[in-house]
Amino acid sequence: MEQKSYTKHFILLSVLLLVLFFMNISFGSVSISLNEIFKIIFGGNASKESWETIIFTFRLPKAIAAILVGSGLSISGLLMQTLFRNPLAGPFVLGISSGASLGVALLILGSSLFGGILTTFAFSNWSLAIASSLGAFLVLSAVIIAANRVRNTMSILIIGLMFGSLTSAVISVLAYFSEAAQIQQYLFWSFGSLGNLTWDEVFVFAIIYAIGILGTFSVIKPLNSFLLGENYAQSLGINIKKSRNIILIITSILTGVITAFAGPIAFIGLAVPHIAKLIFATSNHKILIPAVAILGGIVLLICDTIAQVPSSEFTLPINAITSLFGAPIVIWLLIRKKKIFI
Amino acid sequence: MQHKKHIVLKTENVSIGYRQKKQQKVVASNINLSVEKGKFIALAGKNGIGKSTLLRTISKVQSPLEGTIFLNAKNISDYSNKELSTMLSLVLTERLPESQLTVFELVALGRQPHTNWIDQLSDQDIEKINWAIELTEIDHLKENHFYELSDGQLQRVLIARALAQDTEIIILDEPTAHLDIHHTFKVFSLLKKLVDTTQKTIIISTHEINLAIQLVDEFILLSDKNLIQGTTNELIAQGAFSSLFTSEIIHFNAELQQFVINKNK
Repeated sequence: MEQKSYTKHFILLSVLLLVLFFMNISFGSVSISLNEIFKIIFGGNASKESWETIIFTFRLPKAIAAILVGSGLSISGLLMQTLFRNPLAGPFVLGISSGASLGVALLILGSSLFGGILTTFAFSNWSLAIASSLGAFLVLSAVIIAANRVRNTMSILIIGLMFGSLTSAVISVLAYFSEAAQIQQYLFWSFGSLGNLTWDEVFVFAIIYAIGILGTFSVIKPLNSFLLGENYAQSLGINIKKSRNIILIITSILTGVITAFAGPIAFIGLAVPHIAKLIFATSNHKILIPAVAILGGIVLLICDTIAQVPSSEFTLPINAITSLFGAPIVIWLLIRKKKIFI
Repeated sequence: MQHKKHIVLKTENVSIGYRQKKQQKVVASNINLSVEKGKFIALAGKNGIGKSTLLRTISKVQSPLEGTIFLNAKNISDYSNKELSTMLSLVLTERLPESQLTVFELVALGRQPHTNWIDQLSDQDIEKINWAIELTEIDHLKENHFYELSDGQLQRVLIARALAQDTEIIILDEPTAHLDIHHTFKVFSLLKKLVDTTQKTIIISTHEINLAIQLVDEFILLSDKNLIQGTTNELIAQGAFSSLFTSEIIHFNAELQQFVINKNK
């Protein structure tokens, strides 16, 4: 076979993912040794009972969420870069994060304007998730309806960007009329957060995520053909409109559920596909999709470990860390390799 | 005894052009072509006359304004993309998006109409790919990324991709644009070899009329007035080449079978 083998890459990255997963659980305001963690997870008795609670209620769901969020965003970013054949595309070009932000802004900031019922349920996790899903869904539907009226795939990119600035304008207006406390609460949501998820939420999250991932495998063929441009793809028997819509729907499902549970986490979806393309030096989606998924998990686990600031009371906003940590890496990779690909 | 002609592609009173809102911009109309299996056909005409539009229309990239196109006696609009992809392959002029596909992978994409849902290459697929790579003499390049290739090499890779698709008809839009004279000859003789050895039908649009005259079986000449199809000798006898351009600089010399520069008077 002429196909290069990437088995070594995948084994190495998977091991790294596992190591980082346990490191992530081990570090935090209270440091728990790996030995204890294995004992607790695999049913032994912990030296301190409070550790069991810390691990099962907080750290384990958070680490799992980190992997789901990181890989989901990275896969979405890859899909968008290939669909639009634009290396600057990311999971949020379809207006999903702006839609979600609008939903949450209406809930949090709107509660001070409209008062009453909104205030009473504004502050639970589920209501935030629902508000952001609804917002994302509405803006996304508008983008997809507009997308089906234009021939040119590139126009969809711009339509997405326009909806993005429209919603941020609305949010600015809302913020202008809101009280400081509400604005602060909205700001905290927009920082993104992997914690605070209950097992129920992680479960729902994982199921929707799995649906998205399964869908991704069904579009490997059209994705590869898009590497030649739409005319060639069509001449290879691909139904462009149908494939495009499936890709848009998968991306919406993945980024929608992620934004609902973790907020608008920046940067990962744009950067990780490029890191994967540089490491693997391939454009074949059969390789890139699993590669990007594992790398996305790795990068977000690292970011989250840093964000907890080990052995301190602080937790930094995850959104700041993803960019602080990720941007230099991408710049460094590009300077070394000097060429960027879709 | 004469063989019954096997017509693979036929157009009936076709008009080509573009629809914008409710207006139609007709590029050419009343096109009646009939293409026989195993022929090497060149489509020629001056810039902007509608060669690409015609090729796009007969390959169903865009639909005709009027008339019908038949592929193996069946209306082309009745074929699904999928069915069509096993009968007709393309080599286009557009630049490929920048990706890290290797030459082998690029040629392998030609097998997509034949592969399963996850694009798994069977032994037969790999056999076809290697056959296409060998015929186009790009074996030494197959591990390279396609962005490292010269224009001439890339053109052969794209032809290999179309070959791997294993279709009866291959349509190439100006396959020798941007190529130097050596590579232009190389591409033409490769296409000629393919027609002779594989019985595929190859239709190209080209500006290299002087060269094409020596190699192709038939011409389709598109001019302001009309569209003429015929064998090279027929068209020379009719003086059809002379009416291709209304030019003060060049004229067609029937004896040399070449366009030549007008001598100063």
